[in-house]
Amino acid sequence: MTGWLDGLVERWPQMGPNLWWGTLDTLYMVGWSTFFTALFGLPLGVLLVTTDERGLTPAPAVRALLSAVVNVGRSLPFIVLMVAVLSLTRLLTGTTLGPTAAIVPLSIGAIPFYARLVETALREVGRDVVDAAQAMGARRIVIVGKVLLPEALPGLIAGLVMTVVTLVSYSAMAGAIGGGGLGDLAIRYGYQRFDDYYLWATVILLVLVVQVVQSVGDVLVRRVSHR
Amino acid sequence: MSKHATPSGGNVINAVDLHKVYQLKGREVVALRGVSLHVPQGEIYGVVGPSGAGKSTLLRCINLLERPDRGEIWVDGRNLTALPPPQLRAARRGIGMIHQHFALLSSRTVAGNVAFPLEIAGVPRAERRRRVAELLELVGLADKAAAYPAQLSGGQKQRVGIARALAPRPTVLLSDEATSALDPATTASILDLLRDLNRELGLTILLITHEMDVVKRICDAVAIMDRGSVVETGRTVDLLRTPGSLLARSLFAPPPVSGDGVVTLTWVDQAEEPLISQLTRLFDVDVSILGGALEEVAGHAVGRLTVRITGERSAEALTYLTDRNVLVEEVP
Repeated sequence: MTGWLDGLVERWPQMGPNLWWGTLDTLYMVGWSTFFTALFGLPLGVLLVTTDERGLTPAPAVRALLSAVVNVGRSLPFIVLMVAVLSLTRLLTGTTLGPTAAIVPLSIGAIPFYARLVETALREVGRDVVDAAQAMGARRIVIVGKVLLPEALPGLIAGLVMTVVTLVSYSAMAGAIGGGGLGDLAIRYGYQRFDDYYLWATVILLVLVVQVVQSVGDVLVRRVSHR
Repeated sequence: MSKHATPSGGNVINAVDLHKVYQLKGREVVALRGVSLHVPQGEIYGVVGPSGAGKSTLLRCINLLERPDRGEIWVDGRNLTALPPPQLRAARRGIGMIHQHFALLSSRTVAGNVAFPLEIAGVPRAERRRRVAELLELVGLADKAAAYPAQLSGGQKQRVGIARALAPRPTVLLSDEATSALDPATTASILDLLRDLNRELGLTILLITHEMDVVKRICDAVAIMDRGSVVETGRTVDLLRTPGSLLARSLFAPPPVSGDGVVTLTWVDQAEEPLISQLTRLFDVDVSILGGALEEVAGHAVGRLTVRITGERSAEALTYLTDRNVLVEEVP
């Protein structure tokens, strides 16, 4: 037992700051990716619903195209997608290494994922409330903004939480090609140098991050749900 | 433009020759085959019929939630079918609607739901708040303003639905099976509320229902639909006095027996007259009562009796009844 503790004390001066910065890098990557995912995934999900042939703005051709694009994004394994978009990453961030560069593939991987969750949440909203709003003379944009999105809010938040959790796991993978963060530490120290202290420390921190995100999400969902 | 292009006087709703066909999985379903409907100002007008008769499609055509393939819809003197989208949206604000499953926004409080159509209409916040309070008072839910729909009973939800529909001061209220999801006592209280609103605000109500009880309680006039057509229409009380009326047949149980001398007698608001005893005295006939009911229909006492009249002067007796304004129909 004491041997275990001695090992930790001996490593701590270097490992402590590493873990601290690694955690911050992970939060930085996940935070910005979540922002871009919501920014693009939400409208994409809305369009997937409204362009449906029985939707508010039927446009089957547009829907088929969007759906195909989303499916392509969903079918690529993240590690492959990351490599596939390297040139876009360089174009947008000027580099392919580090947490900032990782935001590009992370967002691109999560946008279609979240768009599908948005689509599912919006489809849960009853046809009759949309009818009712239409019968009141509401414009379509108003129906989206004041009926569809507020009614689906619990589902939209739950979906975003799921997306964030997925992003945490993706971000660890991003470490494999130099994205930084906790995944990077786990691979460089835990895997390549066989240092179990790093391996377990990063595992514990990743679990903690996911737990916190999920708990905060659950509280939010409960607060906005009035069903 | 058809020759029907002008609305006839006094009617708030004129639906003229509506046709609607759906494509359902490659199959054609005819929902409306030339339906016309004329609803006078201030009436409660019921459209009844079995499910699949086209009632729901007809109602949804009135505010153009469904667009008919052919025909015109006039509401309040405006041809809705000819309006461009912005004017149509404005016109819809003059047509309230209540729904079978209430269609309330679960994310908004009761007050928020009632305020919703006012937000759409661009009514300023202070005015909205005043109007919402007034409406909740009107439907008896002033104490529930901050509650969410999930916390309410079915009857309370429908009251919120009614308050919401009335918020923009519509001239017409469309009711889509509004009491079908409610128990009988709650149904009665909602129908009473609709009747009060109709009287106090002069609100014209077009309702569809499959419940004959609804017709009996509140409908001044009725259209009976079957397989996409209106098969009978008229004022409720007049229809009951019409021989062979489908309405009477749906409202009352069928005659229990048939045969020689068996007739059904239908009368309206004559419960006080001792008709049967007069018959036996004046014409020396025997009257056996085989079945019957007395119903309150749209505020009138309507009696329907199945009797067998025997005796030499039974023909005279029947003539006497007909002269006294009793509808006599032979049961074949």
